[in-house]
Amino acid sequence: MAVTTPTLHLRESYLGISHTAKSWLLTTDHKRIGLLYFVTITLFFFIGGVAATMMRLELLTPAGDLLLAEGYNKLFTMHGTIMVWFFLVPSIPTTLGNFLVPLMLGARDMAFPRLNLASWYVLIFGSLFSVGSLVVGGVDTGWTFYTPYSTTYSNSYVIAMAVGIMITGFSSIFTAINIIITTHKLRAPGLTWFRLPLFIWSLYATSLIIVLATPVLAVTLLLVAAERTLGIGIFDPALGGDPLLFQHLFWFYSHPAVYIMILPGMGVVSELITCFARKPPFGYKFIAFSSLAIAIFGFLVWGHHMFVSGQSVYAGLVFSLLSFMVAIPSAIKVFNWTATLHKGSISWQTPMLYALGFIGLFTIGGLTGLFVATLPIDVQVHDTYFVVAHFHYIMVGGMVMAYLGGIHFWWPKITGRLYPEGWGKAAAILIFIGFNFTFFPQFLLGYNGMPRRIHEYPPEYQVLNVFSTAGASILAAGYLLPLFYLAWSTRYGEIAGDNPWGATGLEWQTSSPPPKENFVEVPVVHNDPYRYELTGEIDPHATVTVDDLRKSHPPNIPTHHATAHKEGRDD
Amino acid sequence: MTEVNSALGHHFTDLAQQREANTLGMWAFLATEVLFFGGLFAAYLVYRSAYPEVFAAGSEHLKMALGAINTGVLLTSSLTVALAVHAATQRARNRLLLFMALTVVLGLLFLGIKGFEYYQEYQENLVPTINFTWEGNNASQAMLFFVLYFFMTLLHALHMIIGISVLLVMIFWAWRGWYEEDDMPVERFGLYWHFVDIVWVFLFPLLYLIGR
Amino acid sequence: MHLSTEANGDQRQNTQTHGSPQTYLVVYVALMGLLLLTVFASSWGLGATWGLVVALSIAVTKALLVILYFMHVRGSSRVTWLFVAAGFVWLAILLGLVIVDYLTRSWFGA
Repeated sequence: MAVTTPTLHLRESYLGISHTAKSWLLTTDHKRIGLLYFVTITLFFFIGGVAATMMRLELLTPAGDLLLAEGYNKLFTMHGTIMVWFFLVPSIPTTLGNFLVPLMLGARDMAFPRLNLASWYVLIFGSLFSVGSLVVGGVDTGWTFYTPYSTTYSNSYVIAMAVGIMITGFSSIFTAINIIITTHKLRAPGLTWFRLPLFIWSLYATSLIIVLATPVLAVTLLLVAAERTLGIGIFDPALGGDPLLFQHLFWFYSHPAVYIMILPGMGVVSELITCFARKPPFGYKFIAFSSLAIAIFGFLVWGHHMFVSGQSVYAGLVFSLLSFMVAIPSAIKVFNWTATLHKGSISWQTPMLYALGFIGLFTIGGLTGLFVATLPIDVQVHDTYFVVAHFHYIMVGGMVMAYLGGIHFWWPKITGRLYPEGWGKAAAILIFIGFNFTFFPQFLLGYNGMPRRIHEYPPEYQVLNVFSTAGASILAAGYLLPLFYLAWSTRYGEIAGDNPWGATGLEWQTSSPPPKENFVEVPVVHNDPYRYELTGEIDPHATVTVDDLRKSHPPNIPTHHATAHKEGRDD
Repeated sequence: MTEVNSALGHHFTDLAQQREANTLGMWAFLATEVLFFGGLFAAYLVYRSAYPEVFAAGSEHLKMALGAINTGVLLTSSLTVALAVHAATQRARNRLLLFMALTVVLGLLFLGIKGFEYYQEYQENLVPTINFTWEGNNASQAMLFFVLYFFMTLLHALHMIIGISVLLVMIFWAWRGWYEEDDMPVERFGLYWHFVDIVWVFLFPLLYLIGR
Repeated sequence: MHLSTEANGDQRQNTQTHGSPQTYLVVYVALMGLLLLTVFASSWGLGATWGLVVALSIAVTKALLVILYFMHVRGSSRVTWLFVAAGFVWLAILLGLVIVDYLTRSWFGA
């Protein structure tokens, strides 16, 4: 295998061909749009993080000495809305998804490039309302906007926030439509459904959820705005309405939304585990179908957020049972990832650390989900820190770690540079430690009765709260590190070859960074994915060009012929 | 290389693929619209089941004849849209313009009749939170009926307005000959328009014909 | 690569999967007929439940006619059918599970 010093083909890549602001702001290149999103949601992550920092500082002491109650309420609302709608929901689909989906499919772009650009502008436009509402005074209803507080009693900028979220929902929908149609219609010749990377399966399932759930949220927020301004009575018992109807409509979206948030992370983990264990995934079809199963079943369980709300006991029973069942496909994934690791050739690069962290923390989060799906337990722990810990284990311990793992894994492809591995490992370890110190105590706090969304608490909870805040400071440090070393690497990082990880997948069969049209010639796929038995060990510093790979591992590499395009597109 | 139809996007391999992608994309969007209106149908389901007689009484105040005429107007507009799409595929520009214009006229007629109904309801003090007055008990429940009536029909009307506006722009482009090369936008628009028609097909019996 | 014959090929394909004006007119007449039926049925005194069943059945029929013929779904690919069905199936999930709660609470007949 020839080892040559890699040259950075920056000038011919999608990054280098033009530097003007217009070429970025009016781009229809999915790769550039992915980067626009990347910058945007990073900003939102830190805004949401600032809110969390202030909350944890307040909770250092039992007394409400840093903030007034109203201020604290506004902070947790800000934290929730920003993190859910402006960070987690867009995160992987709009950044890694936009960048990678056409590459992984062997396509030259998404099906609807201009719709793609529009989706980013819609996100920005929506965020003006939501972030604007925070700037002018904030919202104190919690990200869940429960009625009648949000419609009648709150004196905060509910409508502005709701309008912003509603607009942002359309951004989601546009991205999802693009992913769905691109997957159906723009696959390279020979790329049948069961040859797709598992990342694509998970994004496809995510997009299904987005399309079917988000509109219900939109109309619900519209009703909240109407009720708030006009007093139409649709959620007001005094006028014949039912506040619980809001919760039904809200959670019909918001429960599937948590699967919107986690499924892409699961897709990333599938890619990372296979690459860093040098093994094909155990039970590929099971993992693929489990993504669809999660998407579908996820729509049937929303009432588990409403066990103590006044919903009927029978409905509670139905939703509890269905919630147990939705755990099954997630468990299948965890079993299959573990089985993939078994007898694999494990490497410990940064993305693998994140992937392994994901598996452990997601498992804890998921198991505690079964706790809260159990009616009698939920009666005790609903609205306590137990629930808070449960979903942060999944969202932060799971999703954010998967996101960071994915960013690191595909960083060479996106930028043409390697990130500094030592710093990468350090940040990953710091994040793992900080995360557990922050959120594990919260399980104990909640189980012992500490309610959520309060800024002052009885003194007996202080020790664990101090632990949690201390952990949060470590976590924050861990999150800040990549901000610096990733930025540093774009200028000074070691130049990466086309496939530093020796990974399978069409995105690695083109240069790093890719040219604007993704591939010089449209690839033709002949093999199943994840043929890791044909690749060697990982050495990110050895430069392997596409030509070298073609010579040494012919069966694994798609031959570059633009032949008949009819095959591979049957759906 | 050989000449390629300029309507073909650079990332598509042929027109058939692009056409199918466009159709699927539009249907995916229409699925979101089903769920968008669906939230309101859910509210309707709950409250009508809760207050059946009051809803029936409220429904009787609606102008069924006008609603029925409007349904006929919309169904006719679906016909004209279908004929417009057909004309586009035949590259028959004048026919295309004719049927698009007819559709606009019918759409405006629908909005006019709807507006007239709203005006009458205003005169009869049936507009929630503005001048709603109800004889007898259950005034707030009756108001819920009218809340749903106004909300659902206004949302529908908004979709009509958007459709008509887009259609007006498309008439201009059709006149300029833009659809000679590529008739896909007309087909896509047709899907949207038919969908808005279908929503009304459900709204009419659910709002106007309760328990008569 | 295909030339402008592609466009002609497309046109021929279009009139195969897409309807002819004659079909549209027939469907239109059927739709108007169903509309008249709905209006008359409302005066038959069927009562609340049966009235609703009849009205919705007619509405569903109309919708199906529009979808199959005007929207060219008849003769489309399986995937198209799937996309069409998905929205309505999901609406059924929303309505179905919401009503489970209300039916099992003493909320009706209030």
